[in-house]
Amino acid sequence: MSLLNIDGLTIRYADKAVVDGLSLAIEKGESIGLVGESGSGKTQTALAVLGLLPATASTDGSIDIAGEQVIGRASRDLDRLRARRVAMVFQDPADALNPYMRIGDQVARILLAHGLASAAEAKGQVIDMLGAVGLPDPERQARAWPHQLSGGMRQRVMIASALITKPDLLIADEPTTALDVTVQAQILELLDAIRRDTALLLITHDLGVVAGHCQRVLVLKEGRVVEEGTTAGIFNAPRDPHTRSLIDAAPRIAPAAAPAVPAGEPLLAVDDLSVSYPASGRKHLDAVKNIDLTLKSNETLAIVGESGSGKSSLARAILGLTRARGGTVSFLGQPLPGDAHERSNSVRRDLQLVFQDPLGSLNPQMRVSDIVREPLLVHDPGDRAAHVQRVADMLTHVGLGDEFLRRYPHELSGGQAQRVAIARALIVRPKVLVCDEAVAALDGTVRRQILELLQSLQQEYGLSMLFISHDLGVVCSISHRVIVMYLGEAVEVADGRTLFSAPRHPYTRALLDAVPAPDPDGHKNRKPLSGEVPSPLAPPPGCVFHTRCPFVEQQCVDRVPVARHINNTTVRCHRADELDLKVPFH
Amino acid sequence: MSAAVRVLRRAAGIPSVKVSGGILAAIALLAIALPWVSPNAYLDINFDRVLHAPGFAGMHLFGTDDLGRDLFVRTMMGIRVTLLVAVIASIVSLVIGVLYGAVAGYVGGRVDAVMMRIVDALYAVPFIFFVILLMVVFERNFLLIFVAIGAINWLDMARIVRGQTLSLKEREFVEAARLNGVSTVRIILRHIAPNLFGVVIVYVTLTIPQAILVESFLSFLGLGIQEPETSLGALVNNGVKHMETAPWVLLIPGGLLALILLCFNFLGDGLRDLFDARQSR
Repeated sequence: MSLLNIDGLTIRYADKAVVDGLSLAIEKGESIGLVGESGSGKTQTALAVLGLLPATASTDGSIDIAGEQVIGRASRDLDRLRARRVAMVFQDPADALNPYMRIGDQVARILLAHGLASAAEAKGQVIDMLGAVGLPDPERQARAWPHQLSGGMRQRVMIASALITKPDLLIADEPTTALDVTVQAQILELLDAIRRDTALLLITHDLGVVAGHCQRVLVLKEGRVVEEGTTAGIFNAPRDPHTRSLIDAAPRIAPAAAPAVPAGEPLLAVDDLSVSYPASGRKHLDAVKNIDLTLKSNETLAIVGESGSGKSSLARAILGLTRARGGTVSFLGQPLPGDAHERSNSVRRDLQLVFQDPLGSLNPQMRVSDIVREPLLVHDPGDRAAHVQRVADMLTHVGLGDEFLRRYPHELSGGQAQRVAIARALIVRPKVLVCDEAVAALDGTVRRQILELLQSLQQEYGLSMLFISHDLGVVCSISHRVIVMYLGEAVEVADGRTLFSAPRHPYTRALLDAVPAPDPDGHKNRKPLSGEVPSPLAPPPGCVFHTRCPFVEQQCVDRVPVARHINNTTVRCHRADELDLKVPFH
Repeated sequence: MSAAVRVLRRAAGIPSVKVSGGILAAIALLAIALPWVSPNAYLDINFDRVLHAPGFAGMHLFGTDDLGRDLFVRTMMGIRVTLLVAVIASIVSLVIGVLYGAVAGYVGGRVDAVMMRIVDALYAVPFIFFVILLMVVFERNFLLIFVAIGAINWLDMARIVRGQTLSLKEREFVEAARLNGVSTVRIILRHIAPNLFGVVIVYVTLTIPQAILVESFLSFLGLGIQEPETSLGALVNNGVKHMETAPWVLLIPGGLLALILLCFNFLGDGLRDLFDARQSR
């Protein structure tokens, strides 16, 4: 008999079915991926299995966990079931931990609440479990507070809390969506390792995530299963068009697909730029160290690195939102003042920005027409009717109809909001568009659409783009050139085709390995990067990457590598010419 | 403003807002309309009917006070004055507090430091002492009460608005406007102020009862409204003198004062729930 047996599950909110006739079975030790876009009903299914749906939901069908029915059960029975049988890991580890409780106590509390251990036993079990999920020095970490841990470490703690009761089934709901790709790879690796004795239901919008980590996959669309099968079968021969579009939308590395570098005049030049922030005491945090870059017309330059690599600080300094400590930013040959306020209107008009959080970048109290119109008030004053006409034209270009003019931001989906933000940036016809993680918060297919939109707008308007991302897979299809940053330094700079096929820096290779490609076989040769980005307050001596580099030697610890030019690549690595980092699965 | 309309429409859906708002509106309307209808004038003194109990004789629905004046009409007049003081004091504190706080928070730096130290200094002035001083220097004056009450309330408002502004100005939509060179005045008026609306309206509904209490307290001490004008506080003050022989002279205005305060507090709580829910959405 199956461990979990869902049969004909239907969940309704006021007559609207969010899950419609879903059936699935998980055997012991099996791992199943439940894939779908936002609103496809995947989280509702997980909550139903745990008996956590709100009272406004009405449920039909049957959910059977090891012979016990969940639907219609009293909450006290469900507590017992949840303690022994099922555990869940949520998307955002920062929200799921109590900030006023030490890590060890939070995990132990679960054992104590279910009466599974005495206080003394719990302590030992917790430390063992924290060690098992890969927390370094678990005895010390058990006494740490949540804010002292990084996002990846917090997610490990959440996994430890889920596993501490030794459940038969672990449900992971978008467990890596809030994390960097490198950390995502580590967490997926960990989920693989623990699965030996626990069944896993992995819920995600990203088919690339399930590719190397699940045996079977169910694809959900609007509450219905549109396709079900083995992972290899789904990826190699998808039958449903929706599955195919999800696979196409997943980020992948295809060096041949990287666009060729266009010929263009230098537009924006950054010379020896450094940004630092004051830290406690007299110290300061060097976020960006001596970066040089040139952006040509019609070109897309990607800046890639993990959180804390300084890529956003670099973009903010270029735009004049953060003051640089040293170096210059020049536009069309003219050095620019460090603060956006001191720049001329024509420069401000030419440098526009699209933010990561599409909703946060739109004023909730303004209508779309007023939001998109605002730059025109400064740069091209005119009467309202003419402006509104231009706004409507611009919205058409980003794929939104006139009916959006009168909407408020909360009436938009994430993808629509990001289109509005792009329209606001482009309505004044800038020369340079800076995209700061502009697609990171979006679902796979929406992300693909926005990337395609940006590319076509680039052609149409002759835009140059600075595209900032933590995911090399996202930038692969659109970047002419790529800068890879680590701890504020540019460790490798190359054109896209060269970088994606023949990376020279071990960090670039690690980022390539971390891309969750929709290819079940490709995952076998991967070596996800271990460890975490060191604190920029105390960067390692010598090569900044040596603490995590698989090819580290004594010279890497002793000497700072200088930038070297090898063929088309500029790289900061002592061993750049001897290492062969070509990616084998291409 | 469309945002205000949306907020009010949603607020009207909350039961505590609906009930307390309805009661307050009814009280205010009655207080405005009834003195015109009543056969008794609020200034008429009649020593033949001192401290009569409530009843229909002579239409003294709430009875009469120690000078034989009709308590019903005087209570309605008192409600008018009390609500007027509360609303005007709140508007004074709203305008000064929002502008002051938004400017301090948005401009920041040294300007912010100086502006907020001025607020700190004003907090340190003992309020009753300040009011007594005002009364002595300028004589007793209706307007002065508004000024005095508004002058303390805006300090809290300024602090709250400044805190909100500090977090709002880090928001991405404000950065987007700054990046385009939108003027500071327009950023404050279009991007900061409308987004303060929620917090401010909640705070205003909570300062109104505070203003009412302060006015009553001043009138009770004899520093506020002067005879023959009256307010609920002044009526309560008068009622205390006769509470053993004619309890209605105290209980009726006192009860209405309590009801009004209660309604404003419920209204504020209901609106706060509304905005908390909106923030966590």
